[in-house]
Amino acid sequence: MTGNEGGEGIRRAPSHLRYLREGTLPTTFCPGCGCGTVLNCFVHTLDKMGMEPGELVAVTGIGCSSWLLSPYYRGDTLHTMHGRAIAFATGVKAVMPDKRVVVIAGDGDLAGIGGNHLIHGARRNVGLSVFLVNNQIYGMTGGQVSPTTPAGVRTTTTPYGNAEYPFNIAEVVAAAGADYVARWTTYHVRPLMRAMEEALTTDGFAFVEVLSQCPTNYGRNVGMPTAVEALNAFKERSVPAEKACGMQAAELEGRYVVGTLAKRSRKEYTSVLREASEAARRADAR
Amino acid sequence: MAAGAGGTGAGGPTPAELRAIYLRRWEGRTTFMQGNEAAALGAIYAGCSFYAAYPITPASEMAEFLSKAMPLVGGCFLPMEDEIASISSVIGASWGGAKALTATSGPGFSLMQEAVGYACMTETPCVIADVQRSGPSTGQATKPAQGDVMQARWGTHGDHEALVLSPSSVQECLGLMVECFNLSERYRNPAILLMDGEVAHLRERVRLPMAKDVVLEGRPLGSPDDTPFGGRPVPSMVGFGRGAAVHVTGSTHKEDGMREASTQATHDRLVRRLVSKIASDRDRLERVEERFTDDAEVAVLSFGCAARPSLGAVLRAREGGQRVGYMRLVGIWPFPRRAVARLGERVRRIYVPEMNLGQVSREVERFVDCEVVPLTKIGGVPHTVGEIVRAIKGGDRP
Repeated sequence: MTGNEGGEGIRRAPSHLRYLREGTLPTTFCPGCGCGTVLNCFVHTLDKMGMEPGELVAVTGIGCSSWLLSPYYRGDTLHTMHGRAIAFATGVKAVMPDKRVVVIAGDGDLAGIGGNHLIHGARRNVGLSVFLVNNQIYGMTGGQVSPTTPAGVRTTTTPYGNAEYPFNIAEVVAAAGADYVARWTTYHVRPLMRAMEEALTTDGFAFVEVLSQCPTNYGRNVGMPTAVEALNAFKERSVPAEKACGMQAAELEGRYVVGTLAKRSRKEYTSVLREASEAARRADAR
Repeated sequence: MAAGAGGTGAGGPTPAELRAIYLRRWEGRTTFMQGNEAAALGAIYAGCSFYAAYPITPASEMAEFLSKAMPLVGGCFLPMEDEIASISSVIGASWGGAKALTATSGPGFSLMQEAVGYACMTETPCVIADVQRSGPSTGQATKPAQGDVMQARWGTHGDHEALVLSPSSVQECLGLMVECFNLSERYRNPAILLMDGEVAHLRERVRLPMAKDVVLEGRPLGSPDDTPFGGRPVPSMVGFGRGAAVHVTGSTHKEDGMREASTQATHDRLVRRLVSKIASDRDRLERVEERFTDDAEVAVLSFGCAARPSLGAVLRAREGGQRVGYMRLVGIWPFPRRAVARLGERVRRIYVPEMNLGQVSREVERFVDCEVVPLTKIGGVPHTVGEIVRAIKGGDRP
């Protein structure tokens, strides 16, 4: 995956660099972090789609994966409060309905502290493209248990093993009404890019969960201290969504269901607002 | 500004035209109106085109009014899932170019505090109406109070300045809402309209101005090439959609907006500028109403709903021959220290009726040498004229 398909060979300044604030590079991600792969997939997808950096408004939360867009994305960027990216983005989208508004944040941010905004964003079907980078841990703060950490796992705040069950956050978002929901991993870069493209062209709320590795603060706790081990696990433990339909819950234990989890086309929120406003003005004029 | 989701497409009337059409039904009239409704209408006069809120007594009428009005002026009304989402979407909308408002009461205002600091740090113009009710906690949900004076000043963490105006009449709910927008846009800082359940639910006569007579200020837009977070006390607001790839963060940042959170000098320079852009204009921002202070031996100083019985008491005491002055704080923060200090030089005692346990009276003490007598009352029942008169006559507390 070089972005240079078509026999042009290696370019000195690949075209996808125009999406990045080059002065902020190299990134501060740890060796082996999945965020680099997600960022790579994201800018390659934009490049393939022919989108210009200014066509997006980037909104992030707080945490490692929020750095994908802030500071690295070269477009209007709102680096918000922890957990509130979707609420901020909803305000941006309401007053700039013709812009593509993208949210990237982590599991602690979107599923933990910001879980309420996530389900309400999906319920409203507000036109945001949301990418949740799920490393199953609070990585930036040093590896504390998160709402997506599997049961039993030892973290810096579950020294005796996690007593809680994790969220199946993509299913939550699907149940809440999002137009498009998919899950992939940092191993599945090609389907991930296709899902990103789909999310970036969906009118309503689009959500892609990207299972990602955090060797520094998660992998070492679960016997996978390198990225390669984590990627192999993503490869071996993944089950396509179509196949998972016919499987029992016990069979799916410890597996990652990947693929498209929801696809519908309800009216997008801001277009509903626009129609309702026009109707209100017509009624008022009478 | 491009029309938002509530606006019209290309070729349709602009938001300014829609607002002018809408205001024709109100402007120039003298009518009977509730404080919350007047505040909401004030937001429309001010050019507000985005309102997001969560229902809460005693602020809900503002949401009801604006849910009806916003589509008519081409704006957006968003019923958000909580107060954090409300203020967050308000800040997002402001970066999208809208003048944006939320309204709440104590519990919701508490939830918003992190975002107040975010708006200070990112220099985001926005207005919050806090209709104070009796707290702490759920307290007396339907009863008025003035217990959020210090929360409005210091509710969010870290050093910052606050722009806070407090109306004591329905007329002022409208006028000061407009002023909150003007201050917020001028200084690129959140502004707070500190109302209370008494004034918010009061119905009285209000004169609705002609839209053309209402002076409006906008944020300093500058050019997309301007330094977005520095260079002058209030930098140009290089908002979204202008091709500038602006980077907005609540983290400590350099003048170009990029994070630099580990450098002492960067943080020092940024936060001192954020504070001084308002503090250096403190004298200009003082807003008090002063009556009968020329011959006053003692004075009653109040604000918001408590100022109403205060004025009644001053008038009654003067009828009885007592030389009592009156001062009402219209702007609470920055605190009108010069006006209060001058009053303290002229009188030997200042009574401070307020519906809390002394939040403003303690501030008054900081700036005067004369005696300060707090007349505190809590529990959701406003002071009566008689209570304050008796205090003045008795020379101490009621």
